[in-house]
Amino acid sequence: MRRPITVTVNGIRHSVTVPPMKRLLDVLREDLGLTGTKEGCGEGECGACSVLVNDELVNSCLVPVLQVDGAYICTVEELAKEGELRPLQKAFAEAGGAQCGICTPGMLAAATYLLNKNPHPTREEIREGLSGNLCRCTGYAKIVEAVYKASGSEA
Amino acid sequence: MPQRVVGAPVLRKEVRGKLTGQARYVDDLSMPGMLHGATIRSSVPRGTIREIHFQPGVPWNEFTVVSAKDIPGRNVVALIYEDQPFLAAKQVNHLHEPVLLIAHENKDLLRKARTLVHIEYDPLPAVFAIDESLKNKVTIWGEDNVFKSYTLDKGDIETAWPAAAFVVEGEYLTGAQEQLYIEPNGMVAIADSTSGVTVWGSLQCPFYVHKALCGLFGLSPDQIRVIQEETGGAFGGKEEYPSMIAGHAALLAWKSGRPVKLIYDREEDMAATTKRHPSRTRHRTAVTRDGRLLGMDIEFVIDGGGYATLSSVVLSRGTIHAAGPYRCDHVRIRSTAVATNSPPHGAFRGFGAPQSIFAVERHMNKVAQAVGLTPEEFRRRNLLRTGDTTATGQTITQKLDLVALQQKALSAASYDEKIACFAKENAGSTRKRGIGFATFFHGAGFTGSGERYLQSVIELELTEQGKICVSASMTEMGQGTNTVLTQIAAEALGAEYDAIEIKRPDTALVPNSGPTVASRTSMVIGRLVERAAYELKSKLQGAGCLPASYTPEEFGIAAARYVAERGPVSIRTQYEEPTGIYWDDQTYRGDAYGAYSWATYVAAVTVDTLTGEVTVDDFVAAQEVGRVLNPVLAEGQIEGGVVQGIGLALYEKVVWRNGGMMNNQMTNYIIPTTVDVPPIRVLFDEIPYEHGAMGAKGIGELPMDGPAPAILNAVENAIGISFSHVPLLAEDILQRLEEREEAAVA
Repeated sequence: MRRPITVTVNGIRHSVTVPPMKRLLDVLREDLGLTGTKEGCGEGECGACSVLVNDELVNSCLVPVLQVDGAYICTVEELAKEGELRPLQKAFAEAGGAQCGICTPGMLAAATYLLNKNPHPTREEIREGLSGNLCRCTGYAKIVEAVYKASGSEA
Repeated sequence: MPQRVVGAPVLRKEVRGKLTGQARYVDDLSMPGMLHGATIRSSVPRGTIREIHFQPGVPWNEFTVVSAKDIPGRNVVALIYEDQPFLAAKQVNHLHEPVLLIAHENKDLLRKARTLVHIEYDPLPAVFAIDESLKNKVTIWGEDNVFKSYTLDKGDIETAWPAAAFVVEGEYLTGAQEQLYIEPNGMVAIADSTSGVTVWGSLQCPFYVHKALCGLFGLSPDQIRVIQEETGGAFGGKEEYPSMIAGHAALLAWKSGRPVKLIYDREEDMAATTKRHPSRTRHRTAVTRDGRLLGMDIEFVIDGGGYATLSSVVLSRGTIHAAGPYRCDHVRIRSTAVATNSPPHGAFRGFGAPQSIFAVERHMNKVAQAVGLTPEEFRRRNLLRTGDTTATGQTITQKLDLVALQQKALSAASYDEKIACFAKENAGSTRKRGIGFATFFHGAGFTGSGERYLQSVIELELTEQGKICVSASMTEMGQGTNTVLTQIAAEALGAEYDAIEIKRPDTALVPNSGPTVASRTSMVIGRLVERAAYELKSKLQGAGCLPASYTPEEFGIAAARYVAERGPVSIRTQYEEPTGIYWDDQTYRGDAYGAYSWATYVAAVTVDTLTGEVTVDDFVAAQEVGRVLNPVLAEGQIEGGVVQGIGLALYEKVVWRNGGMMNNQMTNYIIPTTVDVPPIRVLFDEIPYEHGAMGAKGIGELPMDGPAPAILNAVENAIGISFSHVPLLAEDILQRLEEREEAAVA
């Protein structure tokens, strides 16, 4: 069984006809060709597949696509649109917040969500805010620094 | 020339793609007509295959099915010994061993089909533990279950005992640990008899995969091509196992005539692929009344799992590091890698050293206590100094002041103050604080004659377009290969950082520079890049294109001019062993490594005596790693390694049943998150190593060695209980606290 679903991803409206229980992650990657969102565990533990749905942070591997019919979705590709890196991305680059890069799209989503809610978080709040996103390379220090820097808290 | 690029925190070469979702990982690949593959694995730890049933429920005629019978070449994963098949033909030797491969274009049907293959086995007796394997009542590998053993003798251990004031014994255990790269393993393959085999994948060692595929298909090297995609973490976990997955994807592609993608999900990756070798180390140490080491008798055993894979070399590194960075005239180390019926254990950052260093750094505290010295004073009296010899008889010729490095770390951690303060404050609290440390070393590059056998080659090109291009088989997996090799080339040439390109590792296009392992990339391969760059520079100068002093912009102009006048240039450099290095593979004596990195790590912890929970509150990592080529990357390596080490110490327990991992999910195999890690202060001493690129030594593996012993030493300081195994979980601590309480009441 398939049904039509409409989503607005990174400002572009898409209509797809897919099985309603297909994971949002797979619709993004397979039907829309947005492979920037990654799968790390498929069970909502690692956060590599994090995206924003109507400005809320979700694990796209846990969301059946029918739940997001009509929603606005933001993925890592949104951050690349204008060609110029945004402050959060620049901070990740400069601080060394991305190593292998596989957790980075999800980290950026989680950090964006955090900074939307709390534009000037403390380092403790950043750690709390990113605790649903696992990274095996960095030991997190440089990710926390990147988000702190991007928040302008340092200034 | 003033330093401009090396030593500077230049941005990671490929960072833009990683920050914009444009970086291409293997699962992001798609090809027209592509099938998806799956692996059917054994459900018994040891047995012979009786019959395979394909139960109804899917249109089996639409599936490509591959068994051992379909293999065109040799059914063996070429590595060190030839014991591991790509697909089990008659017998399986561990749970989750590949038996069949299936492929279909529809992933849902494929998932269903996986559950409909039923394999019947005649079970054989199996072995699951080191002790059982050593007893050899059931023989599961060779004649005695032993993959490899070494005996390393320095002096005469028997002369040490009569002179000893104290003889201190201890036994130490480490568990398996999952690499848990966030990107699971995967490969895409195309294959046919006319054009050969091409695979794209997440991997560390393109030429390992290449060699394995040559044998599997019986094809010549030029008919096999292996291309690395962006790799989402590896830590050793993508060193040897990718050969297996590449073979499987390629077999399915060969039989179906279609491209095949084979991606593991997390559960399969954790259950079936390699982990850190579990280990058992026994120490017996002779020491004088004033705390000088007389003799160290060490027995080191690792569990290799069902096939030999890399166990012999993991054992080798673990053996050489087992006596720690201590001067001692009489050392005997006997080590063994044994077979058990679990999936083969394999490469993981540190490669045997974290296991044996955990043991020696816990044991040295025990010896110190027996003598009545503090751990720091005991080490001060015994640490290696320039001119001393290691356990293999290697004379430390480079400048080394390990006592000063240890002091630097302890001072930065306010060690003395904390010892005094915790002793006072702990009395009235259920939350006991403690501080502990470990002092250790890690050999960089391949062990012994390894680099000489590898004969690594790199190529530096000045292309038709006037670009500078570095070709090597060194893979970027997050650690910074692309960036560091670029920095070295740019610095040696006096060129712009952005003017250097790193070619994607592709066995058809790059020379064999060996595997990306053993902390060898910066030190060994970087050196080849540096030499090639100096050669290119003198070529340009010899041709009159480049003045004695010039700016990076002028270098670009000169390079373009040279190409216009004389055409493109290609320079190959090959590893040359530094003179004066001697190693004997038979006796295991000599210069085990060209260089060592040295470190002291200090951990401060809180133990909650009501819950048994340990929190790491503060961490200082001080090390001497030669010249630091990129401070941000180097710190990133240390911080990441320390956190993996915290995981090894306190969280990451693999639960085994029937030789298989029971908790093969991120839900119940716990790695540290942002809220579990302390502030980590990273300190570098830089003593340039003359044979390393721009003075660099190895960094990547070192930080894995120190955290576990430092943390357990801190736990002992906090609650006065000595633990000798990792991972150390809350329940272990609670149990010992309760036992102590009961003993006190009684």
